[in-house]
Amino acid sequence: MDYFLELFFGGLTRGSIYALIAVGYTMVYGIIELINFAHGEIYMIGAFTALIVAGVLTALGLPALAILAVALAAAVVWSAGYGFTVEKIAYKPLRTAPRLSPLISAIGMSIFLQNYVMLAQTSDFLPFPKLLPELEFLKPYRAFIGSSEIFIILATALSCAGLTLFIKFTRMGKAMRATAQNRKMALLVGVNVDRVISLTFVIGSSLAAVGGVLIASHIGQINFMIGFLAGIKAFTAAVLGGIGSIPGAMLGGLVLGWTESFSTGYVSSDYEDVFAFLLLVLILIFRPSGILGKAPTQKV
Amino acid sequence: MGNLKKAVLASLWFMFLTFPVLVVRVNTIEKTVQWRFMNMIYVGVAAFALSYVWSYLLAKRQLGEARAADGTGGRPSLFGRLLSEPRIYGPFLAVAGLAALAFPAVGSMYQVNILITALIYVVLALGLNIVVGLSGLLVLGYAAFYAVGAYTYALLNHHFGLGFWTVLPIGAGMGALFGILLGTPVLRLRGDYLAIVTLGFGEIIRLVLENWSDFSMGPSGISGIDRPSLFGMQLSVSGSTIYMYYIMIGLMLLTIFLTNRLKNSRIGRAWVALREDEIACQAMGIDKTRTKLTAFALGAAWAGLMGVVFAGKTVFVNPASFTFLESAMILAMVVLGGMGSIVGVVLGALVLILLPEFLRDFALYRMLIFGAAMVLVMVLRPQGLVSGERKVYRFRAAEGSHE
Repeated sequence: MDYFLELFFGGLTRGSIYALIAVGYTMVYGIIELINFAHGEIYMIGAFTALIVAGVLTALGLPALAILAVALAAAVVWSAGYGFTVEKIAYKPLRTAPRLSPLISAIGMSIFLQNYVMLAQTSDFLPFPKLLPELEFLKPYRAFIGSSEIFIILATALSCAGLTLFIKFTRMGKAMRATAQNRKMALLVGVNVDRVISLTFVIGSSLAAVGGVLIASHIGQINFMIGFLAGIKAFTAAVLGGIGSIPGAMLGGLVLGWTESFSTGYVSSDYEDVFAFLLLVLILIFRPSGILGKAPTQKV
Repeated sequence: MGNLKKAVLASLWFMFLTFPVLVVRVNTIEKTVQWRFMNMIYVGVAAFALSYVWSYLLAKRQLGEARAADGTGGRPSLFGRLLSEPRIYGPFLAVAGLAALAFPAVGSMYQVNILITALIYVVLALGLNIVVGLSGLLVLGYAAFYAVGAYTYALLNHHFGLGFWTVLPIGAGMGALFGILLGTPVLRLRGDYLAIVTLGFGEIIRLVLENWSDFSMGPSGISGIDRPSLFGMQLSVSGSTIYMYYIMIGLMLLTIFLTNRLKNSRIGRAWVALREDEIACQAMGIDKTRTKLTAFALGAAWAGLMGVVFAGKTVFVNPASFTFLESAMILAMVVLGGMGSIVGVVLGALVLILLPEFLRDFALYRMLIFGAAMVLVMVLRPQGLVSGERKVYRFRAAEGSHE
């Protein structure tokens, strides 16, 4: 039972991170129908920024909690900045181009950002400081859940709830929903579509940064390649839940997290990544619209 | 004035944006911090200058688009005109051909080896061009088919001692088989989903090769693969390198000939039509699935073929040679060279492989520049280095060939 619970919470933790990143994919896809390939890199940059800021603050000798808060805030700010800039440079000029063009541009951006971080920092794995505090009352349950896992699950739940409220109840959220439904129509009724798209990238990137900081602190090391795998898996989660649907992305993240956790726990750990890719291929073949997605109608 | 303000803002913004990653470097173990403020100044100056270049180029692109729209443009570029003028490219091709044939006599073994690699990539890029350039199916797992070919030769040679020439067609066949196996279920997906599925498939193949040690000997790979033999004779290392060079020249010429013929054939025109408009295509009675599958299988067959050559050249294969980066690199060649254009793709592949050899210091920055170039080409010059040309029939030219 302990083993099962350990896998369950492990999967929940992983799934939460996938969900945080997947939300960014799904929001961008919902609005401009683009797979933002560079999204995984934004997550990686978030983790790096936190590492750098935490390193500077540790050298200055600040208390742990302050370091966590400042590092997290910095990661969010800079990731959002990168997301915003990437959209302006690589996607905005291609709004009216054929569908493949922005996708190739996104792949180029992803390669560029990976190598940029590798050249500016290092290609080795860097140890990531333990930013998340230990919770005393969790001691008896140590066998299957750690305190960083609790933090990740809580932070994800909070972020997702906040995002849902934002989209449901604010004016900007309404504009986002309108743009996702029909961009041209939204433009006609006076929505500033450019601003909505920028905001989408900013929100998606911020959530990815939160995910990046939390998981890096949980696992304890990062390098410039972490965005690639995390990006693909989060994309899988987004597709699994139904791309374009925000609750779908969260659900998809959790399902993917559990799938990975249980299949590596009970079947074989060698093929950890294969399970995720296999799941991706199978969903796309059998149910491309995902769990919560609507099958698109083709307009002629 | 507006431009100056924009440039200053861009400069400040990029200095801010690149600040943590580019300026600070921390060592979390020894708790030391290294500040590199020079980088910040470089970024500021570069962003300031590039801001001007960027707005100039964007404006130029928009002007070009506007011209193309009202039909006043249409004058091919200087490069394009040079390429379509037989009196100019004829002698050039003859000289290049002679130089290529004579090269092993003058170049060192190392240089010949580099050229073989470049030629392998030329053929790979031409194969991918069928799928991405002509048919518009973005495949991100092309290296998987390359791996299939390489492992076909490696395993057949290791277990059964089959020779290079026997396996060459088998490798191409295996590539095509995998192409069809993957293609059949996924080809009804839309463009971007297809890209991701092929990426997933590519990674699955690599991970299986890495982990299924009984079958593929895992990460350590298979070594001691036979080099190609000349009419049953085994050649020395340098002899077989030169031999391999001529084999590759032959295969490249064959590929150029075949893809050129394919491009203007019935199926080739169907590919281009499918790329442009699927629905109109189906209305014209083109079998969508079969046409796409043909493109997929042919592209994969070329990758399989080159896989065999690669295994025969390096006499060693392991899964690390077939990562996503490899697929991305071949894609970059096709995109930068010009999707759909054979001349462009050949040039793209040659430039991307040979340029880092000439500029050794630049090798480290290679992928950084490729990535940036992919973005820039898409934004500023989507047709690539050399734009793909459509065959225009003369009787239509009289009424204007524009749609």
